[in-house]
Amino acid sequence: MAKILMKGNEAIGEAAIKAGCLHFFGYPITPQNELPEYLSKRLPQVGGRYIQTESEVATSNMIFGAAGVGVRVMTSSSSPGISLMSEGLSYLAGADLPVVIVNMMRAGPGLAGILPAQSDYAHATRGTAHGDFHLLVLAPSSVQEAVDLTMLSFELAEKYRMPVMLLGDGMIGQMMEPVSFPETEVGPPMQADDWALTGCRGREPRLVSSLFLDPVELNAKNHERFARYAVVAQNETRYETFNCDEPYDILITAFGVMSRVCKSAIVALKEQGVHVGMFRPITVQPFPSAALSEAIGKARRVLDVEMNMGQMLVDVQLAAKGRVEVDFLGKCGGLTPSIEDVVEAVYDSLTKAEGGG
Amino acid sequence: MKSTDVLFAGFGGHGMLMAGKLLAQSMIKQGRQVSWLPAYGAEMRGGTANVTVCISDGEVMSPYIERPNALVVMNTPSLKKFGPKVKPGGLILLNTTLIKEPFERLDCPVIELPASQIAMDMGNARATNLILLGAYAGITQIATCEEITEVIQETFTRKPKFIALNVSAFVAGWKEGVRLREEHNIDVALTEEDEDELNSLVALSN
Repeated sequence: MAKILMKGNEAIGEAAIKAGCLHFFGYPITPQNELPEYLSKRLPQVGGRYIQTESEVATSNMIFGAAGVGVRVMTSSSSPGISLMSEGLSYLAGADLPVVIVNMMRAGPGLAGILPAQSDYAHATRGTAHGDFHLLVLAPSSVQEAVDLTMLSFELAEKYRMPVMLLGDGMIGQMMEPVSFPETEVGPPMQADDWALTGCRGREPRLVSSLFLDPVELNAKNHERFARYAVVAQNETRYETFNCDEPYDILITAFGVMSRVCKSAIVALKEQGVHVGMFRPITVQPFPSAALSEAIGKARRVLDVEMNMGQMLVDVQLAAKGRVEVDFLGKCGGLTPSIEDVVEAVYDSLTKAEGGG
Repeated sequence: MKSTDVLFAGFGGHGMLMAGKLLAQSMIKQGRQVSWLPAYGAEMRGGTANVTVCISDGEVMSPYIERPNALVVMNTPSLKKFGPKVKPGGLILLNTTLIKEPFERLDCPVIELPASQIAMDMGNARATNLILLGAYAGITQIATCEEITEVIQETFTRKPKFIALNVSAFVAGWKEGVRLREEHNIDVALTEEDEDELNSLVALSN
């Protein structure tokens, strides 16, 4: 199929439609506005529903309602807007509802800036909201991968009955790259017949809720959910390695677009005779700890590169298990570590690995 | 693998993002990989607006480039910001109608073209972006004149009244570019890199 030049935000919107998502609710915020704008035009053309909500808090409750009646639904926002949805995300997880949430991260904290950042890794993977739950979080590094992972998000959300987050940043949203869309037949949401509120004539009434006042029942619910998370970790952990087949001294860890800057740096370093591998988690929750641990086992030192103050760093350190030191290179506020910054940081790590620090 | 990148920079409204998009489209037609990364946000309103287009025969690695191979620059603020960052051995193309101050780099060609004046002589200063795109393509021979002309026609199908002006501006720029290519003795299109094995470096799980 011919490739089309599209902005990440728009491509994700089209991917959602291709995945059979005909419901979108959202509130505007830079740098993801092209996504709702695109769907506000496209959804009515394909018989879908687009609603601009009055706030992100309302959004999170509206996607709860739509998912609860068994329709495929998506929302998108950026960092501060996702914070406003957090309470709703906990309720969605507590009611085991399949929804897809796009977060095109911008610089934080607070209202902060509108430029690209990876400021919400910790929020997406750990501290999303109150209670014991996880999201399944996918971090694309290109527009094509954003398309592919968007389509996968709906499948995974329904298969495991959990909210899935697509974690991008302003660069993924604003950048244009050539994309193609797989032409796949999609049916109605998986398994929704078993639990969704579709009208109870002829069957027992159902309840979709996250309220469980009986501690024994709630304990059992949470244990069942975490058993499901273990299956997700077993089956759905995804990652990419780059230049890891040959021996390397330094292993770089990076996710999202940042990993592509690191690839360019690795190619430049290769020409200078410096051997560097890279490990990129594609699922940041579940985190590919075992595979990363193995890759770290072949390195003398690790360099974690992020567009934040060091959030994935904690997961990398856990995977390193104290065997080697993990250095960190980060810029935030809308700045991106450059190819030259990464090259310099690799040389610093090499010096330290050789006993210089 | 062959790859290059170019930064188009000007004020918001100068059409530099469009120039980059037309180049990116023509590269896709050639079967190349591209990325088009704009600076967005507050910079759009009255400030500098710019876009980086990365082109590769293989995977485009970093779409974020601080030191571009080429700079096509519309005005003085953008030149001051990006002129010193172009890689040694790169290429700088200046719109001298709007950039009056001299600019010198000893390690890469600085090519001057009164692009806005040429566009005004053709009847519309707003076509300056196409003059510059034409000159960049003519200098580098990154695509044929016909390839990009076709992309312009396809891009403006819903605004047909703009096609004639944009195509003639592009062709005028192309001719200037071919002349400047000889004058400055330039014979590079894409940067040659001995990295054929790059695509074999990637391994995906699952």
